[in-house]
Amino acid sequence: MAIIDSPAIKERSTVNMIMFTVILGLLPALFLQIGFFGYQILGNLFFGIGFALFLEAVCLKLRNYPIRPFILDGSAFVTAWLLIISVPANIPIWTLLIGIFFSIVVAKHAYGGIGSNPFNPAMIGYAVLLISFPKIMTNWPISDGFEIRNFIQFSQFFSIANINEAYDAIVSATPLDQIKTSLFLGKEVNALPISLSTLSSYQMIAILYFLGGIFLVYKKVITWHLPLSLILSIYIFSGLLHLYDQNTYMSPLFHLLNGATFLAAFFIITDPVSSPTTLKGKIIFGILIGLITVIIRNYGGYPDGIAFAVIFMNICVPLIEKFTQPKVFGYE
Amino acid sequence: MEITDKIFKFFGGIKPNGHKAISTINPIKRLPIPKKLIIPVRQHVGKVPNIKVSVGDKVLKGQILAEPIANISAATHSSSSGTVIAIESNKIPHPSGLPDLCITIETDGKDEWIKRNRIDPSNLSSEALYETMKSSGIVGLGGATFPTHIKLNSNKIKTLIVNAAECEPYITCDDMAMQEKTKEFIEGIQITMDFLKIPHAIIGIEDNKPKAIEKLKTVLNKSKNITIKVVPTVYPSGDEKRLIYLMLGLKISKEKRPVDFGIQVFNVATLISIGRFFYHSEPVISRIVTVTGALKRPNNYEALIGTPIQELIKDAGGKSDQEIIMGGPMMGFKLPHTDVSVTKAMNCLLAITDEMKSKDTFEMPCIRCTKCVEVCPAQLQPQELYWHAKSKQFEKLTEDYKLFDCIECGCCSYVCPSNIPLVQYYRYAKSEIRDQLKSSEVADIARERNEFRLYRLEREKKERAERNAQRRAQTSDSDKKKLIEEKKAAIAEAMKRIEEKEK
Ligand code: SF4
Ligand code: SF4
Repeated sequence: MAIIDSPAIKERSTVNMIMFTVILGLLPALFLQIGFFGYQILGNLFFGIGFALFLEAVCLKLRNYPIRPFILDGSAFVTAWLLIISVPANIPIWTLLIGIFFSIVVAKHAYGGIGSNPFNPAMIGYAVLLISFPKIMTNWPISDGFEIRNFIQFSQFFSIANINEAYDAIVSATPLDQIKTSLFLGKEVNALPISLSTLSSYQMIAILYFLGGIFLVYKKVITWHLPLSLILSIYIFSGLLHLYDQNTYMSPLFHLLNGATFLAAFFIITDPVSSPTTLKGKIIFGILIGLITVIIRNYGGYPDGIAFAVIFMNICVPLIEKFTQPKVFGYE
Repeated sequence: MEITDKIFKFFGGIKPNGHKAISTINPIKRLPIPKKLIIPVRQHVGKVPNIKVSVGDKVLKGQILAEPIANISAATHSSSSGTVIAIESNKIPHPSGLPDLCITIETDGKDEWIKRNRIDPSNLSSEALYETMKSSGIVGLGGATFPTHIKLNSNKIKTLIVNAAECEPYITCDDMAMQEKTKEFIEGIQITMDFLKIPHAIIGIEDNKPKAIEKLKTVLNKSKNITIKVVPTVYPSGDEKRLIYLMLGLKISKEKRPVDFGIQVFNVATLISIGRFFYHSEPVISRIVTVTGALKRPNNYEALIGTPIQELIKDAGGKSDQEIIMGGPMMGFKLPHTDVSVTKAMNCLLAITDEMKSKDTFEMPCIRCTKCVEVCPAQLQPQELYWHAKSKQFEKLTEDYKLFDCIECGCCSYVCPSNIPLVQYYRYAKSEIRDQLKSSEVADIARERNEFRLYRLEREKKERAERNAQRRAQTSDSDKKKLIEEKKAAIAEAMKRIEEKEK
């Protein structure tokens, strides 16, 4: 006899459908990444996600959870994907795997697994790598523009040798990083040594994250509150600095198109488990992450502070929720 | 309250597939009189009515089988003519599966009415009307089964809202009734308005019932005092407080009742039975039941109260071993037994479909996605209710998260990607809290009793002590007397001796 609890009907919605939609939203940007920077990122995805799923299975086994439904929920898959696209594509594979380990084992399962992790797992992995391997993490591949060739060489990514070789590729700091260094050296904004093709490739990828994010909002996987508040916050705070001194501070548009602004706004801070559940809370969360990010970008020791801002704000979620509980029907 | 044309859309809600067309193809059907009618004595919320018949009695159609004994109680009538063959405990359609007292009537097929007096409501005083209503057997036929006369006994009512939303998927009995029994329906509304002495009523109806809407509009053409408000089809627009908001823009919490705002809500079927009672002298002996779901010929039936549901299911092309939900797929419950009979509360019999059986029930952890928040019409935080119910933080549940404002509509469970049976958690928490309250009440009473006992003991002790003291006082009194007497005697003796010596 079937168990029929009311309601007897249910909408077709599952956790893995949500995760699948998130991946769909990320695919266009991945396409550009391969075109601009080569196929290494595919190798990273292959081995990184494989390792993540393996760790997930081990943790589930150790914690006595049924492996199949939990591994199929897609959460480990998405966490690994987000970490991989946040790190330089030419990262040595072992470094990446360390990051994956921290994301899945420490940030997720040590805190009770899906639904219970207070911190964004991908950002924990990222922060660990950034602190432990600052040099690797700030050397990004440079691009000579979109190359179809990169897709043809695609099959080579299965060879470990090739992945190690990738590490020797020509690298440079990201535009955001370069500018900060230059500014520290006292150079002016309009005389900065950024290769235009590299700059535009990063910005085009950012725009695809934006479009992918709009797709998620359209698909109702996320609401507009988190992304919009983060984007507006970064825009306004960096805009204020820019207004204050145009020679020292980059334009707000530059801040939106560089660093992980759009990726974070739509795909990272929207992780439901580690962000506030209330609408007002979401807006506060987004604004504060934006503010902290702008501060770190302009005054901190790291080129992009989003990861740290997210982790810091994760701690504040219970507090934010406590003070933003909406009124119940009839109590307004 | 001013009535405008505006519709006030409530927060949340869902739009599940209605499946309503399957049961509205054919008109409402009547089955031949069943051989046996099994009529539960109590089919309403309130006191069990007093049984007026005994085994062997001949009864007529419409005859009172059981009479209300208190205000919150309702009469039960015989749905056809025949002989009472048993008054005993029987299975009834209730989620608990527990049996209850039923009167079994073997019908004689004549369907002979009891002598009916036409009631002219305009000639009766409101007290007389109220008393007449009490014997009508009319209760909230939307499923709540609260005795209707109670709702009419108020002079505070200013607005009558007719709940014709019928928002649950599959159910179409009100839709069909409004199309086929339009006259009785309007009569019922009119008489209720007279009862409550109010000039205006609003019918709230979902836009998925175009035929009923059209029919009502043509009939009500000239009438200015009955307004129809067509609302978008969003479940649960038929929830009383959501409907009030839709109609009037007024939000009422759990702490208040609609009456407190001068509003009374009546269901379509209830109003039709009011109309029938006053204009056709017919008490509640039948109701319209939607028989639908995984059946060959879903249909609406006008079924006599007490009709075995298997007869309906068989006629609709179902098998006797099919699992049946009473009510709709959102809030209905699976019948523990399917060999029960039609009651006043039974608006729908839904044969469980393959889609319902194959529902994914593997429960995953809550991922805080707030899909449930987005659909909760009570504007609660279902995921918080779930967390706190699971960890039994009952005080937070009631104080901070207003668990008791949850109407158990099931919207949250419907959308939850983690397949969490949220409503079950809430029901569990609610009953735990009620039990705790009850046991703390019992404890209070016990404490009071104990305090009284201690007080009594104390008092008795005091009284005893007083009595002892008194007794002691009394004894010492006599002792003193004795002593004095003794002394007196001794003195007398001494005196005597002295006198003797002197002699
Ligand atoms: S819909 Fe389910 S998983 Fe999502 S927040 Fe609500 S209870 Fe949690
Ligand atoms: S069942 Fe309760 S918590 Fe869930 S949506 Fe309905 S009212 Fe809200």
